[in-house]
Amino acid sequence: MDVIGQQLANASRLENAPAIKEHQPGSGIATEENRKQKKTISQEIMLSVRDLEVSFKTFGGEVQAIRGVSFDLYKGETLAVVGESGCGKSVTANTIMGLIPQPPGRIRNGEVLFKNRDLTKLNKKALREIQGVDISMIFQDPMTALNPTLKIGEQLMEGLRTHHKVSRAEAKRKAVEMLNLVGISNPEERLKQYPHQFSGGMRQRIVIAIALICEPELLIADEPTTALDVTIQAQILELFDEIQRKTGVGIILITHDLGVVAKIADRIAVMYAGKIIEIGNKREIFYDPQHPYTQGLLNSVPRLDLQEEELKPIEGTPPDLFAPPEGCPFAARCPFAMEVCERVYPATTELTTQHTVDCWLQDPRAKAVLS
Amino acid sequence: MPLYILKRFIMMIVTVLIIATLTFVLMRAIPGSPFDEERTSNPTIQANLEKFYKLDQPMPIQYLNYLKSIVTFDYGPSIKKPNESVNTLLARGFPISFELGMATIIVAVISGIILGTFAALRHNGIIDYGAMTFAVVGISIPNFVLATLLIQQVAVNWHLLPPATWSSPKHMILPIIALATGPTAIIARLTRASMLEVLTQDYIKMARAKGLSPFRIVARHALRNALMPVVTIMGTMLAGILTGTFVIEKIFAIPGMGKYFVESINNRDYPVIMGSTVFYSAFLVFMLFLVDIVYGFLDPRIKLHKKEGEV
Repeated sequence: MDVIGQQLANASRLENAPAIKEHQPGSGIATEENRKQKKTISQEIMLSVRDLEVSFKTFGGEVQAIRGVSFDLYKGETLAVVGESGCGKSVTANTIMGLIPQPPGRIRNGEVLFKNRDLTKLNKKALREIQGVDISMIFQDPMTALNPTLKIGEQLMEGLRTHHKVSRAEAKRKAVEMLNLVGISNPEERLKQYPHQFSGGMRQRIVIAIALICEPELLIADEPTTALDVTIQAQILELFDEIQRKTGVGIILITHDLGVVAKIADRIAVMYAGKIIEIGNKREIFYDPQHPYTQGLLNSVPRLDLQEEELKPIEGTPPDLFAPPEGCPFAARCPFAMEVCERVYPATTELTTQHTVDCWLQDPRAKAVLS
Repeated sequence: MPLYILKRFIMMIVTVLIIATLTFVLMRAIPGSPFDEERTSNPTIQANLEKFYKLDQPMPIQYLNYLKSIVTFDYGPSIKKPNESVNTLLARGFPISFELGMATIIVAVISGIILGTFAALRHNGIIDYGAMTFAVVGISIPNFVLATLLIQQVAVNWHLLPPATWSSPKHMILPIIALATGPTAIIARLTRASMLEVLTQDYIKMARAKGLSPFRIVARHALRNALMPVVTIMGTMLAGILTGTFVIEKIFAIPGMGKYFVESINNRDYPVIMGSTVFYSAFLVFMLFLVDIVYGFLDPRIKLHKKEGEV
């Protein structure tokens, strides 16, 4: 809790810092003053998700987990996807990674473009050439993500040896290098140990090392710090930052923790009920949130820099995705809801080159009403 | 590790000793004696016989003699077949029973694991339903019923395989099928259940995210973890199979230990009962010990030489 507040406070301090360049697409806003290297984000799009719709068949019917998600990821940037549980952020991550079990899952529509290929249309074998090589994934709980019966050295080298057909000695050298990179001391010895001989934070470092060993271009981290202690969380986040600086890997960070977002994200996508309702760079989302849901999310985070007595939670619960509402899914909880909100889903409004929001309040007619 | 093995060894000896003592007490407690059937009304002959087998001595002495025979591994001659010692009976019968039992457990483990794994991988598919139907049927049919069915159909009606005895590999097929079906079914069900659980684990998802082939994921990441319950049940299953051989041996006229064992109990042939019980219990206790060792190899988290709580 305190850490979140700290980070927001840090971020707010930085707002007054003069060094930040404005309006540079995809520009990372430094969360720490003492950055050694500058982060390089090119304007080249590495991953493009277009109109993605994914649903799951269950006994109760079909759950529409993602209902038209589109976003781009630039080379070397960190995009955070935030939202409540069940909003579809993990499904988005798993779909990009090709890990949606079909059935019961079904990609109803849309595409995931990576290196001019649509990942959703690839066959399993072609997909395996990309999984772990070009795109890697980090899972939420490091206590369960490692196989308890295999030495971590084997788990590290496995991906490398499967995809790159390197010798055992070469794989081992690389494994040691990776363990050094993620800050595990005495790597030669550690390779021979089993996961239960490591602490939670150490295990997450190993999971990260496994994800990075084939030098992927894209790293998808699904709530990588949720299962960790706050002190360890900070270390892992710094590790992400450091790795991105060293390798230039693009990161999609799935989280519900705005503190995490404040620390390492460049851009933030806010998801609600299977849609991205607002997306923009960190500064825009934190200081100029346009969607009432984004505002609600930010208000429900404790802040140290404001003298507020109580947190303001968002009242109500997300809609049932078995039968999602026709209009804006947030309408039922939205303090500004109008009649049109419940009937028609709002069009996407482009506020800046990066900041877009799906909300009827952006409509000139609504603005007239509000003022 | 050596300390653990020593500890286990001492415990094994104690276990066998307890079983031996219980057998001794039970056999003497039930009415009847080895000489009941011999219609010798002559009390002198009776007394001489009892003296020869040292059955006239007080119980504690008999017990001590018995313990001595266990330690020296010399149970003396059978009462019913005086020209054969218990050791020669064991030496003749046990290897055959052992062969049947081991072949059965190997067949059961291999086919059970394969069946269970495929059932789990094709969860709710045709293979799954087929395997589980087989499992239910296999568990429900007693092995002696299956044995007679097999003899009737495969051997008598179809003339595919010999109906009885133990003289060539061909002769072994039917008894092994009869004995292995039940354990195969149990292992298949266990493997399936535990495999289904393992397949939902994060480390399997992680293995998939590494882009590994499905075969590698199952063989290297899933199977080893899924086999723990199977290993657990192996110990008791071994006991079941080894005693199960007695019935199957009888049906297929296999000259294993079963015949001697059952006959010895009917006849109150004390040396044979004692000798074979101690031998079998020692064998089983040792197999259970092996199972524990395998446990440690399968799962590195299980530390055999440490006490619980030490982690």
